[in-house]
Amino acid sequence: MTDTPMTSTPMEQQSAETPLLMVRNLAIELPVESQNAFLNPDAKPVELVKGIQFEIQAGKILALVGESGSGKSLTALAILRLLPNALKITRGSVRLSGNSLFDRTEADMNQVRGRQAAMVFQEPQSALNPVQTLEQQIGEVLKLHRRPGKQEIRDRVVELLQEVGIPDPEQRLSWYPHQLSGGQKQRVVIAIALACEPDLLIADEPTTALDVTIQKQILELLNQLRKTRNLGVLLITHDMGVVAEMADDVAVMRHGEILEYRPKADFFERPEHEYSLRLINSLPDQSFRQGKHLAGPLLKVEGVKVWFPQRKGILQRVVGHTKAVDGVSFRIGRGETLALVGESGSGKSTVGRAVLGLEPLQEGQILFDGERIDNLRPSQFRPWRKRIQVIFQDPFSSMNPRKRIRDILAEGMVSLGLVANAREPEQKLIELLERVGMEAEHLDRFPHEFSGGQRQRIAIARAIAVEPDLIVCDEPTSALDVSIRGQVLELLLELQREMGLSYLFITHDLSIIPHLAHQVAVMQRGCLVEQGITEQLMTAPQHEYTQQLLAAAPGKAILRKV
Amino acid sequence: MSDLFAVKPVLLWSDALIFVLVATLVMFFIHLARDRLTRQRWTPVFASPVGMGSFIVVMFYVLIAVLDSIHYREQLAAVDGSDNTSAEEVHYSQEVRSLLDDVLSRLKENSEKTYSAPFSIYSFSKENVTLEDGTVIREYPRLDGAGSHLESEDGKAWDIFTRSIEAVLIGLLISGALIALQVQWRFRCPPEGCPLDGNGKPLVTASRHIPWKTLYGTVTALIVLTTWVLSVGEVYHILGTDQVGQDVLVQAVKAIRTGVLIGTLATLLTLPLAIGLGISAGYFKGWVDDAVQYIYTTLSSIPGILLIAASVLLIDVYIETHSDDFTLLAERADFRFLALCFILGMTSWTGLCRLLRAETLKVSQLDYVQAARAFGVRHSRIISSHILPNVTHIVLIALVLDFSGFVLAEAVLSYVGVGVDPSMASWGNMINEARGELSREPVVWWPVCAAFIMMFALVLAANLFADRVRDAFDPRAKG
Repeated sequence: MTDTPMTSTPMEQQSAETPLLMVRNLAIELPVESQNAFLNPDAKPVELVKGIQFEIQAGKILALVGESGSGKSLTALAILRLLPNALKITRGSVRLSGNSLFDRTEADMNQVRGRQAAMVFQEPQSALNPVQTLEQQIGEVLKLHRRPGKQEIRDRVVELLQEVGIPDPEQRLSWYPHQLSGGQKQRVVIAIALACEPDLLIADEPTTALDVTIQKQILELLNQLRKTRNLGVLLITHDMGVVAEMADDVAVMRHGEILEYRPKADFFERPEHEYSLRLINSLPDQSFRQGKHLAGPLLKVEGVKVWFPQRKGILQRVVGHTKAVDGVSFRIGRGETLALVGESGSGKSTVGRAVLGLEPLQEGQILFDGERIDNLRPSQFRPWRKRIQVIFQDPFSSMNPRKRIRDILAEGMVSLGLVANAREPEQKLIELLERVGMEAEHLDRFPHEFSGGQRQRIAIARAIAVEPDLIVCDEPTSALDVSIRGQVLELLLELQREMGLSYLFITHDLSIIPHLAHQVAVMQRGCLVEQGITEQLMTAPQHEYTQQLLAAAPGKAILRKV
Repeated sequence: MSDLFAVKPVLLWSDALIFVLVATLVMFFIHLARDRLTRQRWTPVFASPVGMGSFIVVMFYVLIAVLDSIHYREQLAAVDGSDNTSAEEVHYSQEVRSLLDDVLSRLKENSEKTYSAPFSIYSFSKENVTLEDGTVIREYPRLDGAGSHLESEDGKAWDIFTRSIEAVLIGLLISGALIALQVQWRFRCPPEGCPLDGNGKPLVTASRHIPWKTLYGTVTALIVLTTWVLSVGEVYHILGTDQVGQDVLVQAVKAIRTGVLIGTLATLLTLPLAIGLGISAGYFKGWVDDAVQYIYTTLSSIPGILLIAASVLLIDVYIETHSDDFTLLAERADFRFLALCFILGMTSWTGLCRLLRAETLKVSQLDYVQAARAFGVRHSRIISSHILPNVTHIVLIALVLDFSGFVLAEAVLSYVGVGVDPSMASWGNMINEARGELSREPVVWWPVCAAFIMMFALVLAANLFADRVRDAFDPRAKG
């Protein structure tokens, strides 16, 4: 199609040697009999993956990119023939080292799984059996495929743990998964996958559930392993930063089709498909937002400590405290955004809950518009509820599945006495929905009828319904796909300009901060380690931890270019 | 005309409760017909042949229970020789009858002296019989109420066969007529008052999902069974007779009311306790949670039978000391029965309470409950509109599963001797008597079989229905 060899597909380029994995014309279908015939009597078979092809060379990483529901995980499962029973592979072939996998019996496949191709899942927490020690879990795979002696297994497990970078592997043999951190668990999962020295590693969103600093370590580990072991890796992700950092080739998937399939550098420089361009551009604007100079702060948080008591014994005596938040101070002006950054467990969400009056303070005070709002009784706090609102991370659990959008939006207004009942403010509800880019006819639907992005819009509408001054945004975009993330952030910025809202924006995603926040505060283990104007803090971080965080954000080099 | 008014309706407490239950059921179906969302949720239950079939069987049991709950006392004939003033006074029989007794009257009247096997025309035990010539021999005498129209044993099979065919034909005729009426009503087009869509077709699509074949099949089977029992039972004891010569089938059918009532009442009694305590423990946590946990741990650590036995004995003493309040035998039995339901309910709420506490702990941490709190919504409202609707699947599933549990529990308790009053027909009492019947030779097997079949059909239907309900309502079951 083009004259330079650089823009030809990787398939044409490498057709000389036999690829490690070759997928041809693969199609997956949801047959009629698996669909709910009561709800949809005229069901037709739904094709979820529509005849895709790609291949992976030994030692190379192919990144399969796409939004949720695009069929990337199904493709990975189909390669190992692990699809749920409800789904059917209708056509196509998969060849691993030249051998067709779809012709094999189930018993033969068990020899392939683990020994020739292995899989790493998204959530290390649920991929490990909580009642087995590391030795048992890793040893199980070894035993199944090789039947070695006991000492041999132990040596091999130690070797593997060492290879994936677990410190003191001998001591940790008898540890249980809960004794490890999230990143270490994912390392163990990788060790299990590598135990029988497979040629192909399928990693399904291996870092999505991890914090940025750990994500960086895991990605480095994968990169190093594929070099030392000459592994072919199928990396499934939705994060363009990870793609930019890791991949050799990129395949963009949408609605079960591969839209574009090219070498990485080529892909980022001259994306051919309009959708690829959108994905690349979904990486937020990296220009810094200028901080306003503000007269009086709206919210002042001073030396706040939130401790959770640890209770023991029959009488539930308090024996100690978990210091979730241990002395945090910051202020937010009117119309200003403060981004509160930190890893999971650093206490940033607890700060948000404390501001909302949902957690009692151990020490310190919270002033809103000059008045103390901490440790008020629920009835005393009610006047402030109208002015401080919240948006949650997960748009699927933040709305009662049994209520109509109308009732969800009106709940706050009714409860805070702004209107008498849910039927009255029809016009207002329609305005609200239109304000967040939805339509009036959506009022009488249920939350499950909407996509994640639409639900998050409704959640925003619910928050602004009571015309607050401050909204606590608790990771509002981290459960959304990248292209939708941009839209939701734009909406938040627009609302801020129009209504003069202030945001306390809690996030672990550093890439959205420059565009969004006037100030940044970095939290680690319940304490603020650094805070300041966004531009200063992000270009010249002072604290070691901030530097680490910034360095860990994936794909920085390419992002700068774009 | 005077015959019609010669009865005095009697409303026992359990009758009132069963009418309330039926009224609730009717209201539920009206709600189902009106509310789109509720209909959507229940559609999978009734759209599956198993769900529909088991539902109809359960409803058939309920119908029998309702018929058996319309009680009255007959007027006694005026006694000759009384003077004119007292003739104005009307006396009623001490026996309380129900509509079901009237339906089964022909079967009930044909009582024998003692045991007789199913479809037998001879008694089960030998008696002294005086022949015409005055000699006394010992043999199996003919029964009074079964096959008395027959000359000998030879014509029995043919007689049963012809009667069965006749009964089945009548049954088919009745059900055919009913189904024809229903089909005509179904295809009446367009139904009046039914909203239409753009193409002029009725919007009501629920009828499309209903497995009509199963529905008609089950209804036909039940109607045919009923006519067969009524017609053949008239001249034979289909399931034999018991020790005092009563028809076992009548006993087993009369026991349906006991079984259905104990199942539903005890279940309904557990609900307020389990829901109230379970949800408040899970939602408020802290000392409320501690208190509720202490209560249910204590309660569930006491052996259930012991607790129930003690309470039943207490009730017995109460009845003895307040004998003035219980003038009729039926009233006594009814009070004891209600007390038993109450005690069963009081001792069995802990399981559901535990489940609800756990589920509430989970639900109350969800973002929408937090959001509601951020809006300053009151606790009572959060519980009623956010928590309760999202734990109903557990309640529904427990409700239907507990039902069959209680029906079986009644049998166990009556067997132990702390169950319902011996004068009240119940499967448990029948099984209790079977202890002696099964240990004699030749074995008297039919009373226990009758109880088993009736109980089996009800519990199986209830369990199958429960399965469907669970599939439809358990959010985890959806892929």
